[in-house]
Amino acid sequence: MIAKLKIQNLTKIFGNAPEAARARLEAGESKAAIFEATGSTFGVNNVSFEVPEGQIFVVMGLSGSGKSTLVRMLNGLIRPTAGQILIDGDDIASCSSQTLRAVRRNKIAMVFQHFALFPHMSVADNVAYGLKIKGVGAAERRKSAQAALDQVGLGAYADSAPGELSGGMQQRVGLARGLATNPEVLLMDEPFGALDPLIRREVQDELLRLQKALRKTIVFITHDLNEALLLGDQIAIMKDGELVQVGTAQEIVDHPADDYVSAFVADIDRGKVFTAESVAEEPVFLQLGTDTAESAVQNMEDAHRNALYVMDGEDIAGVVTYQDAAAAVRTDGLTLADVVNSDFQTVDAGAALHELYALASNGLPIAVTDDNNRLLGVVEPEAVLAQLSGDATAVDADAAAKP
Amino acid sequence: MPSPSDFFSLPFSDWVNALVREWLVPNFRPLFRALQVPVTMVLDWLDTFFNAVPMLAFTAVLAFIAWRLVGRGMAVFTIVALLFIDLIGLWPETMTTLSMIITSVLFCVVLGIPLGIAAARSNRLLAIVRPVLDIMQTIPSFVYLVPIVMLFGVGMAPGIIATIIFALPPIVRLTNLGIRNVRADLIEAAEAFGSTSWQMLVNVQLPLAMRTIMAGLNQTLMLALSMVVITSMIGAGGLGLTVYTGLGRLDVGGATAGGLGIVLLAIILDRITQALGESKGFRTVSLRQTIFSLFRRGAPVPSGETQKAA
Repeated sequence: MIAKLKIQNLTKIFGNAPEAARARLEAGESKAAIFEATGSTFGVNNVSFEVPEGQIFVVMGLSGSGKSTLVRMLNGLIRPTAGQILIDGDDIASCSSQTLRAVRRNKIAMVFQHFALFPHMSVADNVAYGLKIKGVGAAERRKSAQAALDQVGLGAYADSAPGELSGGMQQRVGLARGLATNPEVLLMDEPFGALDPLIRREVQDELLRLQKALRKTIVFITHDLNEALLLGDQIAIMKDGELVQVGTAQEIVDHPADDYVSAFVADIDRGKVFTAESVAEEPVFLQLGTDTAESAVQNMEDAHRNALYVMDGEDIAGVVTYQDAAAAVRTDGLTLADVVNSDFQTVDAGAALHELYALASNGLPIAVTDDNNRLLGVVEPEAVLAQLSGDATAVDADAAAKP
Repeated sequence: MPSPSDFFSLPFSDWVNALVREWLVPNFRPLFRALQVPVTMVLDWLDTFFNAVPMLAFTAVLAFIAWRLVGRGMAVFTIVALLFIDLIGLWPETMTTLSMIITSVLFCVVLGIPLGIAAARSNRLLAIVRPVLDIMQTIPSFVYLVPIVMLFGVGMAPGIIATIIFALPPIVRLTNLGIRNVRADLIEAAEAFGSTSWQMLVNVQLPLAMRTIMAGLNQTLMLALSMVVITSMIGAGGLGLTVYTGLGRLDVGGATAGGLGIVLLAIILDRITQALGESKGFRTVSLRQTIFSLFRRGAPVPSGETQKAA
């Protein structure tokens, strides 16, 4: 599959002599020395990445890392010094200003950190701005604006002034404005950075909800790693104009590329990053009818488990502990079926680890199931704790259950 | 102690005389004469119009405008002031002065706003325009009255051209300032949606700069009024002439009456144009909205709400 958005060797050098600065960098001089000699600074240096259609690509970095410069190059607000920006294979780093304008009108929209809503226009006119620029008629514009506002739940505020709305609502208007032109790529420059934490959480969820339906290709800029981990299908960590690491949330938290990334992920709530799948193991299970209490005990000893799931054909019958199985062996007249505990816990493969805390507290393994209630894997309570502690030797994350 | 001028002197005034008399006047007089044609046309039309409108009708209209834009107090003041001007026998002069002022301001707007917009978009142009504006504002107007008479002759139109020179700077400066002060993120947003520079100007920059531009218009108007007496020296009529004549004849009463007329006119025009720029409630309102709101019932305040849901 061809990536929707492909960035190759993108570089932006601020200063009067960008070529000289680039030559010096290639010759191995440090950026500080280059700045001293030429007065040029590297906003973005040799960045390459790809965003497949329908994914959220999050660029995470602290202020001054070049992430705002990077996102502004993607729609030509800042023209790059070198490199390519391919949208559907067309390079917009080197195109004419007419082509760039057409791309901005039809393919790329942007959502801004401080909303950047026009204070002299109503909310509906703000949302319809991109359509107005394209020459869409007033009636149709109004209809599309209303539809976009309904999407973000602000349909009733079409005729308000933007200044009358709260910050969270204003940013939803900003989002609606971005969506109104039906772009394929949405650039979001720290869109939730100016919002209160509670409101931020709300609009993050809103964005995820919308994204599920719209499947836009989104480049999302943030300085908040938690936000990056929550939203990003892929996350790029940026430092001093370069990408330090690109990967999924789990890859970044589990295998940080260097000390810089490790320092970031140190405080991360791993319970929100990892899913049940990442700690699940291939299930060893017993079959009602074929297995007996004796074979149950034997199986547990072989697998070093103190409880196993018991299947009834394709369905889960329940869970049996070592104690109960051993008791059944000692007691005449008790079979495996009699000691199966049908009060077991199940979770989805995609459930976040923190949802497993309560389930793991009774000490029994948790069943990881699919939509049809089939057993995909088993999560041992101690595996949850091991993953939380970040001890990679205790749990092999790659040993995720395969049905 | 010897000074440099004992040994050498610059014949600066001779140079200027030579430049104006021997080069500018003989070569360009027809051009300058042609330039004043549009000024004369507008002025004649306005002068005829204002002098033809009955005093009571004019007072009623201006009082209505003052009421809608400023408030009841200003409307009452307008009625009393215009009545007073009529009673002291200066109505025709006041109308002539008003048409001169409006003509000057009109040309200042037509020249100044585009120039201000251009200066806001180009630092190089601003670097050229700014010192010229400084000179226009600081040079004593008597200095350019003589060359203006030489090039344009005497009369109303040369007076208006002198007024334009004096009153143009504020509207250029404040248009430039207003457009440059539009928030950078709004410009960026407009650009990100693919606006052409004309769309950006019309949809974003001008509406958001309108308040500042209106402040410039107000300043231009006030400066134009302050030129009324001076231009009467080169043959312009109206209230300025009344003051100038009074001055020549040591007629204190006549000069005071003319001066009072100018002051009253200035107050009315100042308040009305200030109200055009300011708008309570909504942050920025386009000129169109302001003009529309004049003809609508309800609150005298122009607000964004009146324009909604078209």
